Amino acid sequence: METSKIIMDAAGIERSLTRISCEIIEENKGVQDLVIIGIQKGGVFLAQRIAGKISDSEHAKVPFGVLDITLYRDDIMTTRIKPKMGRTDISFSLDDKKVILVDDVLFTGRTIRAAMDALMDFGRPKLIRLAVLIDRGHRELPIRADFVGTNLPSSLWEDIAVHLTESSGIDEVVIEKS
Amino acid sequence: MKLSKKDILGMKELSRDEVTLILDTAESFLEVSMRKIKKVPTLRGKTVINFFVEASTRTRTSFEIAGKRLSADTVNISASTSSLVKGETLTDTAKTLEAMNPDIIVIRHGAAGAPHMLARMIKQSVINAGDGAHEHPTQALLDMLTIRQEKGVIGGLTIAIIGDIAHSRVARSNIIGLTMMGARVTVCGPAMMIPRDIEKLGVHVSHHMEEAVSDADIIMMLRIQLERQNESFFPSDREYSRYYCLDRATIERAKPDVLVMHPGPINRGIEISPEIADGTQSLILKQVTNGVAVRMALLYLLAGGEE
Repeated sequence: METSKIIMDAAGIERSLTRISCEIIEENKGVQDLVIIGIQKGGVFLAQRIAGKISDSEHAKVPFGVLDITLYRDDIMTTRIKPKMGRTDISFSLDDKKVILVDDVLFTGRTIRAAMDALMDFGRPKLIRLAVLIDRGHRELPIRADFVGTNLPSSLWEDIAVHLTESSGIDEVVIEKS
Repeated sequence: MKLSKKDILGMKELSRDEVTLILDTAESFLEVSMRKIKKVPTLRGKTVINFFVEASTRTRTSFEIAGKRLSADTVNISASTSSLVKGETLTDTAKTLEAMNPDIIVIRHGAAGAPHMLARMIKQSVINAGDGAHEHPTQALLDMLTIRQEKGVIGGLTIAIIGDIAHSRVARSNIIGLTMMGARVTVCGPAMMIPRDIEKLGVHVSHHMEEAVSDADIIMMLRIQLERQNESFFPSDREYSRYYCLDRATIERAKPDVLVMHPGPINRGIEISPEIADGTQSLILKQVTNGVAVRMALLYLLAGGEE
């Protein structure tokens, strides 16, 4: 039997992203050298929204890029079915930039490890910070998020799905027991 | 979706879905070659042997670069430096290579079917990089990627393949692939160079270049393969080029947005005039760039994934 429960609605997502954007500006003291990178696929639209919010409130354009981590996954040669590759689009150098990496759900930390390795191939950032909408725990690597929407302790047999209007037509975070 | 193949032997062995998967994957790999650091760690610890029994610059280099950009270890063997010159049979060479435990063997051979024989003999993946006048699937795939990029689609387009169809593995692989993807293919060349019954592959035959190019979206010129001609199929280069060279006058008979391809190496002034080869409608260098991405995609899709 499958049950699902909405744990965050559109207003909740909006408030979280607004707060995360403010925290990023506050910590960075403005937008100097700041770049926002969204991880395919879940992080892309969130990163775009955060970049938009920061640009609006600081009246300055923040560079925004998209990163696909498929080629850096640690299980790529052991899984039978190769995941479909997404587009990577980082059309600027990351040398000496302050990179805000954005993903929807932080889980084992393996995606973030892969993303950090990938970023290093685009230059030597001054620093990398991690922003996620949901931190569901169960880390397998020593990785933590710097900006978190909601901490959501979850069971391993639960699925957390972030739906966004850009891709699913609705803003909500759903927890599914399968 | 996964590529449920051990080997890539020819376009004939691939399905429509598999071709789409390969082209989509290649599209993603194009970006890697545009980076400052053109290397990803994906095939770390994998070994790719490029076993080229027949001469090649672009295909061998393309496979080597593809392997290296994926962090695979690539080893090149060419006929002149291999034990084949000492009289070793292909079977023995294959068994020897297999015993060194590579992951993928890329083979080019003058004999049609050599890659297929190799694939049956060894447990590793085999990629056909051209076998005689039979197939050259990676060339067809890179051509199809180039067409899809430029025109958005493959299905519904009209593609004229012009030159020595009979001796061309590029033509055969492209005919199979393009017709499978729904394109209309016209082949054109001197009668001696059009195989009898080629219509059975679903193509239209023309002997007049102006007719063949008139409704084409893409003109694919073939190289006159002087090395593959044991007997003379035309009296002279000059006569051939008078009838079948793609020059300004011929291209003016085609649609204004027609694009020109050639698998290379080109014989300037024989099958294509320098003005067209270097012109704005030419996709020749784009084909080379796409070749690396297509080969990266194939190495990636074939490597690993054992249960």
